[in-house]
Amino acid sequence: MADITDQSGPMLAADGRPLKSSLNRALRRQKLRALALIAPLLIFIMVTFIAPIADMLFRSVENQIVSDTLPRTTETLADWDADSGEIPPPEVFEALYTDIFVAQERKLHTRLGSRLNYELSGVSSLFRKSGRRVDDIGEVYQDQFEDLDDFWKDSETWNALMGSDDWNAAQIQWDEGSDDPQPPFEPREEITGLLPQTAEIFQIFADFVQREDEDNLADEDPWELVYSALYTDLIQTPDLSGYGGPGSAELLVAMSAVPDFETVDHAAAFEDIDEDWHSIEVWQTIQTYSPDFTSGYFLNAVDMKKSPDGPEMRPDDEQIYIKLFIRTLIMSLAITGSCILLGYPVAWILANLPARTANLLMILVLLPFWTSLLVRTSAWKVMLQQQGVVNDTLVWLGLVADDSRLALINNQTGTIIAMTHILLPFMILPLYSVMKTIPPSYLRAAKSLGATNWTAFWRVYFPQSVPGIGAGSILVFILAIGYYITPELVGGTTGTFISNRIAYHISSSLNWGLAAALGTILLALVLGLYWAYDRIVGIDNVKLGG
Amino acid sequence: MKLTKTLLASTALTVASGVALADGHMASEMTIVSWGGAYSNSQQKAYHDPYMADTGITIINDESSPEAVAKLRAMNEAGNITWDLVDVEAADAIRLCDEGLAMEIDHDEVLAAAPDGTSASDDFGDTIASDCFIPQIVFSTTFGYRTDMVPEGVEPPTSACDVFEIEKYPGKRALNKRPIANMEWALLCDGVAYEDVYDVLETEEGQAQAFAKLDTIKDETIWWSAGAETPQLLADGEIFMGSTFNGRLFSVIAEQGQPVGMAWDWQMFDLDGWVVPTGLSDERLARVMDYLKFATDTQRLADQAKYISYGPARASSAPLVGQHAELGIDMAPHMPTDPNNAENTFVNNYEWWADYRDDLDAKFQAWLAQ
Repeated sequence: MADITDQSGPMLAADGRPLKSSLNRALRRQKLRALALIAPLLIFIMVTFIAPIADMLFRSVENQIVSDTLPRTTETLADWDADSGEIPPPEVFEALYTDIFVAQERKLHTRLGSRLNYELSGVSSLFRKSGRRVDDIGEVYQDQFEDLDDFWKDSETWNALMGSDDWNAAQIQWDEGSDDPQPPFEPREEITGLLPQTAEIFQIFADFVQREDEDNLADEDPWELVYSALYTDLIQTPDLSGYGGPGSAELLVAMSAVPDFETVDHAAAFEDIDEDWHSIEVWQTIQTYSPDFTSGYFLNAVDMKKSPDGPEMRPDDEQIYIKLFIRTLIMSLAITGSCILLGYPVAWILANLPARTANLLMILVLLPFWTSLLVRTSAWKVMLQQQGVVNDTLVWLGLVADDSRLALINNQTGTIIAMTHILLPFMILPLYSVMKTIPPSYLRAAKSLGATNWTAFWRVYFPQSVPGIGAGSILVFILAIGYYITPELVGGTTGTFISNRIAYHISSSLNWGLAAALGTILLALVLGLYWAYDRIVGIDNVKLGG
Repeated sequence: MKLTKTLLASTALTVASGVALADGHMASEMTIVSWGGAYSNSQQKAYHDPYMADTGITIINDESSPEAVAKLRAMNEAGNITWDLVDVEAADAIRLCDEGLAMEIDHDEVLAAAPDGTSASDDFGDTIASDCFIPQIVFSTTFGYRTDMVPEGVEPPTSACDVFEIEKYPGKRALNKRPIANMEWALLCDGVAYEDVYDVLETEEGQAQAFAKLDTIKDETIWWSAGAETPQLLADGEIFMGSTFNGRLFSVIAEQGQPVGMAWDWQMFDLDGWVVPTGLSDERLARVMDYLKFATDTQRLADQAKYISYGPARASSAPLVGQHAELGIDMAPHMPTDPNNAENTFVNNYEWWADYRDDLDAKFQAWLAQ
């Protein structure tokens, strides 16, 4: 006894290392080897499945488009108080002019319009209209500068003024027909200091021409926007005395002339384009959706919307998604239930027949499984419609009057019937493989001990087949909850699922953010139910086979 | 051995001809996306076959037009445009243009002038719904009814408004499962003047009025999402009256001989045409432009009407519309643009729908689900 207490230090392995760390190392190596074995599949799934889905789901919160397209506007608008009841100050409209001008050159303004139209109808056309007419605003300054001196008309003189000497030399030497890339525009440093806004806008213009349009900058006249920026810079009378580069004389003349220029009231100009620019609601929407991430899509997906006072429910006549989620769950449960009822006896017969007959019947179960989904769904249409096979038979049998034929399709009944049929193999197959492993001798033993047929089945056989029911139910339920094509074709208006709305937003309305939010909620719902199932039934009790 | 040689030789030939065909730096293959069915068939016969015979290039058909907008957006994000030319409705063309997914077209430069010298943009006129849109056909959403189910002693339906006359014409109806067209018809048939329909529809009260009108037939209506459903429902006798594209009804009536009649009044005019995706390489673009010039000239557009009853979008094509290629019947009386059919027509306001689509759709779906 004393010996053992003396050796209370760590137990050592044969090589003298502590046994614990040695064991850990061996296990780690084993784990790594296991990981290496599944690595190809793991990487494949990550790249082709997890990553795209994560990317898609990320769209449900992504909202950079507003601040990317209107960077200056959102910045100046941040200080505006929506509750003041007044439209934003003139700086915001000036920033808006710059942003919209750049956006319409890059053809981004309509995309933003469609985005904001999800939140407020009419914004899409507001942006489209503004994009068409925003050129007019800057023309006032352009005309006045050009009247002053031909210097301002020419792309060549503009480039000489705004670009560095090195760049100008390189641009002149560049041969447009050659494969060499166009020398990227470099600003003239003195001018950047003296005319900051003009330099900034000209840089954007030059980048756009050279990179996105891939045109020769030497042939492109500057945007109207550049003239507006030049006016803004010159009216602040920068100290031009130190500047002696190209255009210095013309700049001085222009500076003395700008105080007499006809000016543009941007707020009025935008009101002239569309009076909605003076609507508080439009500005509120832009301000609310300025941040890079938004909860707007998720709120929309649960029938709520953002308002100045926080989230609120949508009006009753626009509430649809919660109803659809509940309907999807209830109908999926109903489908799972009817699959159990219909599948259990079939699986039992299959498991208890001699192998030859069972195989033949198995083919009958699998045959519809191999038939195209669309064919099966369309066949149900022919069967179930009011002039269809089922109704005709019932009328012929005299069970139903000819003028009160049953409505079996284009409603929930249709969806449940067709989907039960389509998903039935997913219930039968796991049930069959579990039942196959239950020895028939158990039932005989129960009966020989005095049990009735029912007791023998209910007390002995059924409990052993429960893992099959569990596996089949999970398969059927999870497949049903995301089903799309069958409810679309036979569901009418009352038998469609949430997935039909997701598909609609993906392919028709193009509101991918909302589709992603709905998809995320659906995914969370399935995972939640799976977790609950595990807690209640226990996932260990699920068997897909012996 | 011999087989290999033959194969090699023919491959070499194909390659050689491929190179020879890529004259003027044009691609020798193009993928054209359209709607499938009878419609793609009419394009194949009127445009693709003659063009392939002229140039020797290969045209691959893709029937993805119903998902064209979503797919183009996905392709654009992936940076890999696999389509050369896409057939879409005007409303989708506007959206593709808005999103920068379709190319702006200078119609007079790209398209052929009319034989009398009228410029392309004048010849197409108002059908140029967007800068990116090259119109092809005028079609309409209109109503067909079962002639054998009209109650005795009652005049058969003539107008879209008859769909609301549930007592005069009992039986099920079929309507499109989206607000477009249904909302306009509801207001129009409720007494709103044609010019005011969209102004009224903009207001809450107007929308309530339209829904109230639709409520009167809601229980009797089957809502379709594919154009082929109504013809099927009519042929099966499931419905008395339903809306669909006029070309589909033409094939039920003229080609299949079903007891179906048409109620042309207040048909909803719509346009269908081409858009060119942005981001094509120079060779592919050159090929597309060459094809477009060929396929949208006056004669070619008139030729398409031999195979399907949609009206050519060019004014100059109308007089050239002849007889059905197989049935030999005159096509003009079946055209939505024929004066007898076009007495009262409704022109879909795409711009308006671009703005109100999301809003009204949410309300429409909520109304359907109630």
